[in-house]
Amino acid sequence: MASTLTIDKAAPRRNPGYGSMSRDRAWALKWSYFFLTIFAIFSLVPPLYMLVTSLKSSQEISAATNPWWVFHPTLSNYIQLLTSNQFLTFFFNSAMVSIFVVTITMLISVPAAFALARMRFWGSATLATGVFLTYLIPDTLLFIPLFKMFATFGDWSGIQLINRWYVLLIIYPTLTVPFCTWIMIGYFASIPKELDEAAIIDGASWFQTLTRIFIPVALPGIIAATIFAFTVSWAQFLYPLVFTTSVDQLVLPVGIITTLIKGDVFNWGQIMTGALLGAAPPLIIYAFLMDYYIAGLTAGATKG
Amino acid sequence: MAEVNLRKVVKRYDDVEAVRGIDLDIPDKEFVVFVGPSGCGKSTTLRMIAGLEDISDGDIVIGGDVVNDVPPKDRDIAMVFQNYALYPHMTVAENMSFGLRLKKYPKAEIKQRVDEAARMLDITDLINRKPKQLSGGQRQRVAMGRAIVRNPKVFLFDEPLSNLDAQLRVQMRFEIKRVHQKVRTTTVYVTHDQVEAMTLADRVVVMNNGRIEQVGTPNELYHRPATRFVAGFIGSPSMNFIPCTLEDAAGRLQIRLSDTLAMPVPDQKAAHYRGIARDKKLQLGIRPEHITDAKATLEPGVSAFDALLDVTEPMGMETLIYFNLNGSEVCGRVSPNAGARDGGVLRLAVDLNNMHLIDEGTGLVI
Repeated sequence: MASTLTIDKAAPRRNPGYGSMSRDRAWALKWSYFFLTIFAIFSLVPPLYMLVTSLKSSQEISAATNPWWVFHPTLSNYIQLLTSNQFLTFFFNSAMVSIFVVTITMLISVPAAFALARMRFWGSATLATGVFLTYLIPDTLLFIPLFKMFATFGDWSGIQLINRWYVLLIIYPTLTVPFCTWIMIGYFASIPKELDEAAIIDGASWFQTLTRIFIPVALPGIIAATIFAFTVSWAQFLYPLVFTTSVDQLVLPVGIITTLIKGDVFNWGQIMTGALLGAAPPLIIYAFLMDYYIAGLTAGATKG
Repeated sequence: MAEVNLRKVVKRYDDVEAVRGIDLDIPDKEFVVFVGPSGCGKSTTLRMIAGLEDISDGDIVIGGDVVNDVPPKDRDIAMVFQNYALYPHMTVAENMSFGLRLKKYPKAEIKQRVDEAARMLDITDLINRKPKQLSGGQRQRVAMGRAIVRNPKVFLFDEPLSNLDAQLRVQMRFEIKRVHQKVRTTTVYVTHDQVEAMTLADRVVVMNNGRIEQVGTPNELYHRPATRFVAGFIGSPSMNFIPCTLEDAAGRLQIRLSDTLAMPVPDQKAAHYRGIARDKKLQLGIRPEHITDAKATLEPGVSAFDALLDVTEPMGMETLIYFNLNGSEVCGRVSPNAGARDGGVLRLAVDLNNMHLIDEGTGLVI
């Protein structure tokens, strides 16, 4: 062994030139993994707890056993929820609201972003900043005046919007449109100017430039904005809590809270099950769209 | 195909005049190259012809029609951009046919035109690829193909070769010239590279500071520059400028370059320069190829002197030499066998038959 060691010492080092650099990199990687692991554990514990609790019966939840382990797993919570008309109504309402809101948002914010990013007109830069500023006003400030507006509108026109699930189709875009427009302005701005100039010289109108060049090229950005709009409308809690009260008009987050908490009795098993089922659609959509989201479509357009 | 006329065209950005009233007539089928340093207004002029920039004053006429307020798509022009500007989500064929498809040409004609352009540019094999699968040179060919299939009145090129490496640039330069000889479409080409300008152009337009300095064939610009700027910009290595004055000696006109060095002006040049005031501040403009190693016998109009060389640059077929003359660095081109070496003394011959005199005050060549 001793002789092998001396030979090793005499042999040239494997990474002569960039040894210190790779040491730096290894060090950086080690710490990244360390913090990423801590972060992953931190964010995965609540869903894990939800899963564990959703598989327990009420008796087991209230029993003084290890809360992180299921001793008698049962699907009764799932069966009860999925066969309850109420829960399915919440789910349906949530789906309708989210699908419509995403559609409305994209129909408004993509053309708006294109106009603000590309069709240089007087005040377009100020307007773009203005769009973003509207996003900065928190919904906790807005819900009272909004409620008052819809109430007054109802008194004045006789069209009652409050306590209808579709009132959310008007309210949510106030959150999603400014932010999605802002994302898309940034994305469109990253597309080389020569691309729309080439299209315009080729004879495309502004609308054709948008639909035939910008939307396909900016697809990753559009998908990012779609995911955002969907998440916001799926998870929004304050507005539906304020604007909808009848059980048949509720969306999922509010529905779970208002129907599964009776007085001071918390039906934890079903609450956790409902929350878990509610979190599933966004997860599935993320998983499906992630590939598109990451793909860089602009590669090759111009000198890279 | 059509001619293009610029009449007193001005472009102002707020308070800055980028283009200061230029007049130019480009006849049908001509290949015109705009050349000049960055910021001289050449690209702005091209973009105004394209309709991508509004013009602040004057008229732009394409094929007899004033197009000042005509949108780009109705000007019947095609443009090739420096960074290619290919549509990244479309194949080569789709890129090339995009304009025709927008104009609702019949499918058969689109296919025929695309195939023909692809054959002309030797990209038939690439027709189904996406831009990101192509090399820089191939992308630029596609960009040219996109222009060719439209069969426009005017081709506009905005520094199309600047992103390519040196070897490819020479090859594409040849390609562009070949395509122009075939399609004979009026072409306006912008570059900052004077070699590109000289090799491609029927006529070169030298721009500086928002104005046209001179318009002429490559040879005219090279041999008869109108201003010091043109004289210095065209040609590589560029022309030498040496401060000098004129004086009379024994009834002959001679040019004084330093206290110790004066040379007789050749007779045919002397007749032209005789009227110039003797104390006027002038610059002698002489190209490096007219400063060579001295032969045993000197031709008429050639003067010889000894120079202390600062630096020599052997290029193989010739050696570039640099020496100091009355405070200016002067470049000459000598034979590789002349024995030039750094710090050595070499007897040089200056061929004043090819001299230019520049008025230092106005910058004009006299």
